[in-house]
Amino acid sequence: MTAQDWETVVGLEVHVELSTASKLFCGCANEFGGEPNTNVCPVCLGLPGSLPVLNERAVEYALRVAEALHLEVPPVSVFARKNYFYPDMPKNYQTSQYDMPITVHGWLDVDGARIGITRAHLEEDTGKTLHVGGGGRIHDADHALVDYNRAGVPLLEIVSEPDIRSAEQAKRYVEELRATLLAIQVSDVKMEEGSLRIDANVSVRPAGSDGLGTRCEIKNLNSLRSLVKAIEHEARRQVTAIEFGDAIVQETRHWDEQRGRTVAGRSKEEAHDYRYFPEPDLVPVAPTPDMREHVRRTLPELPAARRRRLVEAWGIRDDDARVLVATPGLADYAEKAVAALAGGTPREVVNWVRQEVLAYLNETGLSPSVLAPEMLAELVGLVAAGTISRNQAKDVLDESLREERWPRDIVEARGLAQVSDAGELAAVVASVLDEHRGVVEEYRGGDDKARKKKRGFLMGELMKRLQGKGNPQVLNRLLDEQLG
Amino acid sequence: MSDRRERITRAEVEHVARLARLALTPDEVDALTAELATILDHAASVSALDTDGVPPTAHPLPLVNVFRPDEPRPGLDRAEVLAAAPAAEDGRFRVPRVLGEAP
Repeated sequence: MTAQDWETVVGLEVHVELSTASKLFCGCANEFGGEPNTNVCPVCLGLPGSLPVLNERAVEYALRVAEALHLEVPPVSVFARKNYFYPDMPKNYQTSQYDMPITVHGWLDVDGARIGITRAHLEEDTGKTLHVGGGGRIHDADHALVDYNRAGVPLLEIVSEPDIRSAEQAKRYVEELRATLLAIQVSDVKMEEGSLRIDANVSVRPAGSDGLGTRCEIKNLNSLRSLVKAIEHEARRQVTAIEFGDAIVQETRHWDEQRGRTVAGRSKEEAHDYRYFPEPDLVPVAPTPDMREHVRRTLPELPAARRRRLVEAWGIRDDDARVLVATPGLADYAEKAVAALAGGTPREVVNWVRQEVLAYLNETGLSPSVLAPEMLAELVGLVAAGTISRNQAKDVLDESLREERWPRDIVEARGLAQVSDAGELAAVVASVLDEHRGVVEEYRGGDDKARKKKRGFLMGELMKRLQGKGNPQVLNRLLDEQLG
Repeated sequence: MSDRRERITRAEVEHVARLARLALTPDEVDALTAELATILDHAASVSALDTDGVPPTAHPLPLVNVFRPDEPRPGLDRAEVLAAAPAAEDGRFRVPRVLGEAP
């Protein structure tokens, strides 16, 4: 058999940290990057006698996700204790949901393919463990240090059906999911800060078959790039094993970014027996019609709908809309700029946003929300009116972004305004042609190559006379007319 | 009543003890196997009741939706917290080296 005869089957578990102000079961601040163990209290430290109380906003966020991902909300859901010994949870259990999650059975459309979502349940995040000594390797470490600031931060675990068929589709699913979560403002979805973490269940099967092969769960996927590489590698590894006659063992594997391969972790025989049981310290959650109605009323436009609207209203490409919607705040910025346009088209706005504005944001790490969209609108207007050329506009925009100055002020201060008045320019063209009659004769008698050269010379003379401020389009038209 | 020995095996007791990180002597395993069997027998008498049509009860209280507003409060003083721990280092809890990865 060849590799083409195999199909990759992927299901993803995406853990999303919800951007509440406080933790899931206590009032400690939910913030990234604080000094270790400064956001801890008796509840998240698991001190005896402390009792958890559920954060109302975390429930609201879960219900928002339910609306966006077409998930059903069962009448009652309960929390459960997932029991295990590991220092990342001081209680020796993680409060999660097991057989009665808050949402079930939804879907997300990705490029026309419908990816089923099994469930999305609430749980608390764990602390961060630092392994000291032994070059950072867990097994060789001398001891471990634990920071519980993250312990108790609300997580939503979104579990997909095994409906994904390639590494690329897995990436697109995560991109669409991230854009959706961002739009409904439940998480900052920053993978580099661990706000969104992915485990991938990967198996292979003969193409055309309906059964599922034995799957391996790959952990430690911290970027979309790792996700793609790990799935590709894991599928190849499984195909090779099967073709050599080896059975796939269901196990947890880890993505080793340095070596570019997955390595075996626990096998199923050592898998933890979590002994889930209902959390006695928390009462069930029964989302009311009022709670759900409030969420429906306040749900913002979802990315797919927004992309469609922008493509239709502005005549931009799908790809343009995708970039605008996928970057936090960028579509808002572009929409405000378009609303402020006094000349020029939405497409021109989008071109500037995708190139210069995005480059500036990437360079500085700033959010689009700190920029003034009205300034971009003015710039587009200046180009449309012929006041400045596109090339000049690049410099003007750069200064406008960096110095927060209005483009019109920059143009005035630099004396950049183009001369576009045809009457004024026609006189200059006539005068220059008169001065270079010889060149004009050679132009008229010359072949294509000679004409091109002479014309370039004349344009240069014109610009010299106009100190570079002549509108090139108008000058070209006038040259056509006067050279005959 | 059924034979107690069938309620739970020694191997199961050893497994549960390992999950709970309890180091039991063979004598203790014997004793606990018998004791746990008695407890399971008691549970079995509850199982014998006809519960068709009775919804599973996750909680004895007639309460749902006990919420807290999403308002952050200051945490505990770190020095005080770490002073209560067996060992601390660099503002963190110091624990013995961990074998294996997080679950």
